[in-house]
Amino acid sequence: MSALDLARWQFGVTTVYHFLFVPITIGITWFVVVFQTLWYRRGDEKYLRLTRFFGKLMLINFAIGVVTGIVQEFQFGMNWSTYSRYVGDIFGAPLAMEALAAFFLESTFLGLWIFGWGRLKPRLHLATIYAVAFGSTLSAFFILAANSWMQHPVGYVINQTTGRAEMTSIGKVLTNPTLLYAFPHTIGAAMMTAGMIVMGVAAWHLRRGNEKAMFTHAIRLALPVVFVAAIFTTLIGHAQAQLMTKQQPMKMAAAEALYETKSGAPFSLFAVAPFRKNPERSTFDITIPNGLSILATNSLDGKVEGINDLNRAYQAKYGPGDYAPIIGITYWGFRIMTGIGFLSILIAAIGMLLLWRGRLESSRRYLHLVIYAIALPFLANASGWIFTEMGRQPWVVQGLLKTENAVSPSVPAWEVGLTLAGFTLLYGALAGVDGWLMFRYGRSAPAQSPATPPDPSPEAARDLSMAY
Amino acid sequence: MQTGYWHLEVLWFALIAVLWIGYFVLEGFDFGVGTLLPFVSKDDADRRVVINTIGPVWDGNEVWLLTAGGATFAAFPGWYATLFSGFYLALFLILVALIVRGVAFEYRGKHDSVRWRRGWDAAIFFGSALPALLWGVAFANMVHGVPIDAKGEYTGTLLTLLNPYALLAGLASLTLFTLHGAIYLSLKTKGELLVRSRTAARWLSVAAALLVFVFLLWTYLNAVSANEKGIVPGVIPLTALGLALAVPFLVRAAKDGLAFTATALSIALITVTIFLNLYPRVLVSSTNPDYSLTIWSTSSTHYTLVVMTIVALLLTPVVLVYQGWTYYVFRHRIGRDDLAPLKSPIDLLSGDHPPGPLPGA
Repeated sequence: MSALDLARWQFGVTTVYHFLFVPITIGITWFVVVFQTLWYRRGDEKYLRLTRFFGKLMLINFAIGVVTGIVQEFQFGMNWSTYSRYVGDIFGAPLAMEALAAFFLESTFLGLWIFGWGRLKPRLHLATIYAVAFGSTLSAFFILAANSWMQHPVGYVINQTTGRAEMTSIGKVLTNPTLLYAFPHTIGAAMMTAGMIVMGVAAWHLRRGNEKAMFTHAIRLALPVVFVAAIFTTLIGHAQAQLMTKQQPMKMAAAEALYETKSGAPFSLFAVAPFRKNPERSTFDITIPNGLSILATNSLDGKVEGINDLNRAYQAKYGPGDYAPIIGITYWGFRIMTGIGFLSILIAAIGMLLLWRGRLESSRRYLHLVIYAIALPFLANASGWIFTEMGRQPWVVQGLLKTENAVSPSVPAWEVGLTLAGFTLLYGALAGVDGWLMFRYGRSAPAQSPATPPDPSPEAARDLSMAY
Repeated sequence: MQTGYWHLEVLWFALIAVLWIGYFVLEGFDFGVGTLLPFVSKDDADRRVVINTIGPVWDGNEVWLLTAGGATFAAFPGWYATLFSGFYLALFLILVALIVRGVAFEYRGKHDSVRWRRGWDAAIFFGSALPALLWGVAFANMVHGVPIDAKGEYTGTLLTLLNPYALLAGLASLTLFTLHGAIYLSLKTKGELLVRSRTAARWLSVAAALLVFVFLLWTYLNAVSANEKGIVPGVIPLTALGLALAVPFLVRAAKDGLAFTATALSIALITVTIFLNLYPRVLVSSTNPDYSLTIWSTSSTHYTLVVMTIVALLLTPVVLVYQGWTYYVFRHRIGRDDLAPLKSPIDLLSGDHPPGPLPGA
């Protein structure tokens, strides 16, 4: 494999991995905010215990999210130095702002939150978790600003002397329409992910009759969050797809495996095709007539451009080459993401119905389903990113720079291979440890009520202070 | 090439120096504490105290690195691109070390088993000592010169970076950071741990003074022999050296606060020396001095630098205030007896703080 292929694999592995943890961090932190606020306002110790219980799940993931984030920032320079030179004038700014505005905030205040129990006044201590949640949400905004610029470059000129892209308007970069949709979509997905975790964990305990009152509260709070977040994320995603049809028509065409431009294009639900990059025909396809045209253009017979026509147009514009991404991955990435979106709405809707009838906590089959549903948002998050990044290929910056021209010329393939193997092994091992800890903590009974006589053992103290 | 100092390029070169100073002074001591973990602790309670001295702050300290990286990307993309792709495997090792170390702090106490904790303790040691060494190697190479071709691309390998000067610098940074950590522990612990920290600081301070002396001397000779040299007023490296030489006496006199100030300032001034030695270059080419990257040849546009300057001026003071406040909140010494005693949040709620409105109340 060439350095290019290895560098692409490395970006894929490290980014998908990093993003397993990011939505948990963003979403669960807001749940902790709500639990701790409820505790502060109502003084009901059940909320304190929920705060600490889910706070611990948050911390297990925070560490990995932070340290794998450093790799994200460094690998642009390490593996993609030509890219970094080309876009640095624009792309570097949101990254630096993310560090300065968001990372300092979340890291510093997380330290205060962990070690501040009993040291800070409750009101101040509560404020620290707000700062953490705000910081982690803000970091998503800046990094998505950087990514959105790769999807849809705005506020720049190409300097003919230096041959690089240069920023002309930070305002345009930070209000890129792509960003204004991607940000709420991502935050919605994070809330869905965290909500599913809270629901699943609560369901596990409710099925066993552990701490009924406490987990009833947790699931009743998380269910509407999942319901609203799933609908919200899907609606925003729909708007994003329409924007994408205009900004990145090839990605949309590839997502639908639509080869020829059509008015009244059908929406393909499920298709199988020969196993190659660009199969050009399907062996099996179930479609909804006119479905795609409705989705993409809001009209029954709207025109949707096809891969072949777009390819010809791009060849005329950018020179010879193949401008289509890998169709199968784009097609299925899109379907897994959207399919899970609808499935999540359905699952949450059933839950809402049960809640309305007052049978939520006693429906053992539903609670069982919810436990397994924890896997769904992770799958959707990963396939969403794979879709949006691989769907942009062969471009790394849409219309400006191809991925194959973006790698570091000074790094030989064996070095990229070595670091790819190193990161993959390390990340795999850490995933095992993290998953095991999450699983163990999620299933363990929450900390004993502090109202009972205090347990003087160091173990209990560790739990109370949450210190290392 | 432009001249004069009143340019945003110069300001950003200085700001990036400040970010690295912040990183080395702050993460320097938590690297040191991690490196000392196996040596100053007798049992698990000791190790927990040692880790807890940096517990609330290490993560915030590490953000200085992310900010330095991000600022370099934004202000000098050409520097960022060549440096990060050139020092490839060294940075990979640093990344692996920082990953296992960060996770180790968080996971160590999350499962009760001796083997589990031992494993994470080893991760903390290696994850702290390795970057402490490699940052010295990396910075020495930036100023010493590495093979860079006419296109500004690095043409060496990992072994190119492991030259005697850089290895000495690595040993110096490892020793100085470990000393910085030992003094930090002397400020933050009590009882036997305090005694052992001071003993460690005493030995380390002598070694560090010696290594700083040799490193600065070599850096001076290197600067004199290079045909183009940066501006280094002699008073800066000499003050750095003087401070390093004073530390053994301050440690012996148990003036922990002064000793910590001295190591912090010494680290800062050594970093200043390196950056001034570089100026206006950002990476020295050993292939041909004309190929050296400079702040002028690698910088972003004026517009981007203006944007970043405004952002930095608005946000940096805020960051300094709340990070400083964290150090104030956790200023107390901690010991083995502190592992248990925090008041429960319930006590706090019913005690000096009036509870919030109860539902229906």
